Amino acid sequence: MFRSHVLICGGTGCTSSNSLKIQEAMNNEIAAAGLENEVKVVLTGCFGLCALGPIMIVYPEGTFYSNVKVEDAHEIVQEHLLKGRPVERLVYHETKSEDIHHATSLSETAFYKKQKRVALRNCGVINPENIDEYIAMDGYTALGKVLTEMTPDDVIQTILDSGLRGRGGGGFPTGLKWKFASGNRGNVQKYIGCNADEGDPGAFMDRSILEGDPHAVLEAMAIAGYAIGADEGYIYVRAEYPIAIHRLEIAIKQAREYGLLGKDIFGTGFNFDIQLRFGAGAFVCGEETALMTSIEGKRGEPRPRPPFPAVKGLFGQPTVLNNVETYANIPQIILKGVDWFKSMGTEKSKGTKVFALGGKITNTGLVEVPMGTTLREVIEEIGGGIPNGKKFKAAQTGGPSGGCIPASLIDTPIDYDNLIAIGSMMGSGGLIVMDEDTCMVDLARFFLDFTVDESCGKCTPCRVGTKRLLEILDKIIAGNGEMEDLDKLEELSNYIKSASLCGLGQTAPNPVLSTLRYFREEYVAHIVDKKCPAGVCKSLLQYKIDADKCKGCTLCARKCPVNAISGTVKNPHVIDTSKCIKCGACMDSCKFKAIYKE
Amino acid sequence: MKKNLTTVMFRGTKAQEEQLNEVIEQYRDMPGALMPILQKAQDIYGYLPLEVQRMIALKMGISMEEVYGVATFYSQFVLNPKGEVAIAVCLGTACYVKGSGDILDKITQILGLPSGSTTPDGKYSLEATRCIGACGLAPVLTINNEVYGRLVPSDMEGILAKYK
Repeated sequence: MFRSHVLICGGTGCTSSNSLKIQEAMNNEIAAAGLENEVKVVLTGCFGLCALGPIMIVYPEGTFYSNVKVEDAHEIVQEHLLKGRPVERLVYHETKSEDIHHATSLSETAFYKKQKRVALRNCGVINPENIDEYIAMDGYTALGKVLTEMTPDDVIQTILDSGLRGRGGGGFPTGLKWKFASGNRGNVQKYIGCNADEGDPGAFMDRSILEGDPHAVLEAMAIAGYAIGADEGYIYVRAEYPIAIHRLEIAIKQAREYGLLGKDIFGTGFNFDIQLRFGAGAFVCGEETALMTSIEGKRGEPRPRPPFPAVKGLFGQPTVLNNVETYANIPQIILKGVDWFKSMGTEKSKGTKVFALGGKITNTGLVEVPMGTTLREVIEEIGGGIPNGKKFKAAQTGGPSGGCIPASLIDTPIDYDNLIAIGSMMGSGGLIVMDEDTCMVDLARFFLDFTVDESCGKCTPCRVGTKRLLEILDKIIAGNGEMEDLDKLEELSNYIKSASLCGLGQTAPNPVLSTLRYFREEYVAHIVDKKCPAGVCKSLLQYKIDADKCKGCTLCARKCPVNAISGTVKNPHVIDTSKCIKCGACMDSCKFKAIYKE
Repeated sequence: MKKNLTTVMFRGTKAQEEQLNEVIEQYRDMPGALMPILQKAQDIYGYLPLEVQRMIALKMGISMEEVYGVATFYSQFVLNPKGEVAIAVCLGTACYVKGSGDILDKITQILGLPSGSTTPDGKYSLEATRCIGACGLAPVLTINNEVYGRLVPSDMEGILAKYK
């Protein structure tokens, strides 16, 4: 028994800011203080509050340290672990209380209070590299229950009744998908697939689940295998996620050693094993038919549906493919029951949803909330609002396939159907917050640039159509747009949506359509006034010097690479806009904030 | 993905070729073997020049067109060798709205190196990458897998100076 446990976040965010070195330093310091039999350091999955990383929590007190540095290890061990005095300067301010020895519980802080962790329940709680810790949290109990007490049809009925919908973006009922693939059990080779090709830029829900609780996904895949009669599973995971891959490899090995994967699981005669396949950075492979083509070792191009994967999927056999987060919900639906799951969420969207909060928001990180929570609650309460006193302008959900939600709709309860109704979509859960400094035309261009690059080229509407959309946007941003271009954008967008083969093309125009719908006046400003109201589009900007603030220090004139700035010592300088290349070097160098752009 | 063929001469060694042959033997009978083989081949050589693709096609008894088709489809497969100092700026959405485009411009300006290319001496390479997942530190870049976060353009001179 240890008297104290130190939990350090080993997710990608905190690892990028040295949490592994902190773990090493803590172990060294603990050994030096002779506490190695009293204090245990555990590397866990993501706590969610990535903005404050690296994060460390000391139990039993529950002291929450944020922005920890390697150099702090000595003080934490000597002061806190040895002498029992928490290091106050590192304690997250929201958890500080009058009595330093009894920190405010994390679940009471604004960030965690409204969250409900179902898919993320073990992330930041257990050591993901130790199967015993997962088992101690009721891990693999659901698989045991399914194999010994339920028929495959019971399992499918339970998932159907729960109302669980696919968390990868489409929102298709998971139980229905399973039911379609359930015919002819035992006579046909079938496959279970897990889509961990999280391609939406700025989204990291699936990665965090795989890093923090990999066994939950393995267990759920085995349950799905039993339900439809499949004995082989594939996890298609992005090669860019080395930590997730490493932990999955460990998890699969441990599960095989314990007989929880492989032959004759729980002595019931049920066989199921899982293989890993690595994606190679193609966004279109998040689409189910493209993903399967990629596992087959080919160019990841989508196929027309029907036939649906439930009929003809991987290697031409019936296949069920679900997303990581969908799987993470399944063991708990089996254990806690349909009624528990249905008690969360809205009428047509049950349960919770994980969002990756990013962009211009104070608490960047991972949050899980019941469906139906409003955007305002997520952004202002959980997310801590917009930093630097700026104003909220819009949020983008669904990444390059989704749309932006303007400030006027911030009270919309988030669920699948509401988001579609306002021209966006749930997507996999990326939620990017933008403030008044974001140009919506530039944002639409950014996403289009992405889809043009990622279009596989198989069907013409997507390959050619998105390219034309991008060209029109480029023209507007360069200051050469005409009002007719707006109609062209809309017309072309609708063609692409209705004529493209797969989800990538069908959703690619969404960023254009939704910004046109809610921020048309910004497009007009670019076209008619030749101005970028947010001050982002370079061709429409001019750098200027405020004569009142300029002290005539000459620094900017010396920094300017094209000698566009003139002036004499101690007199205000002037920028020759015909020579200026808008590199911003002058603005970076000015110590008096005298240079501005408009 | 648009990909440019490399102008750098192929310098594969006998030892690398033997390693590659082992990999092909290990995977060839697995369904869907080409992707894992290309991934391992890139680990061995650092990139996938036509010479390596040709070896794989011959050994596996498939057409060069099929190998090239897959190698150019996925952004992770690179046909150009990386520089000694490999700089990658994240242009994921979270980083982009926090100004990673300006970071990229600044590096291009300092090194005179456009995104997606390598300096002729092979010293520096610069690329814009998809989300690397460190959104909490946005905007971020990596240099030889070392992560730098919460950047502003004026940090770049100092960071690049470390790699001279």
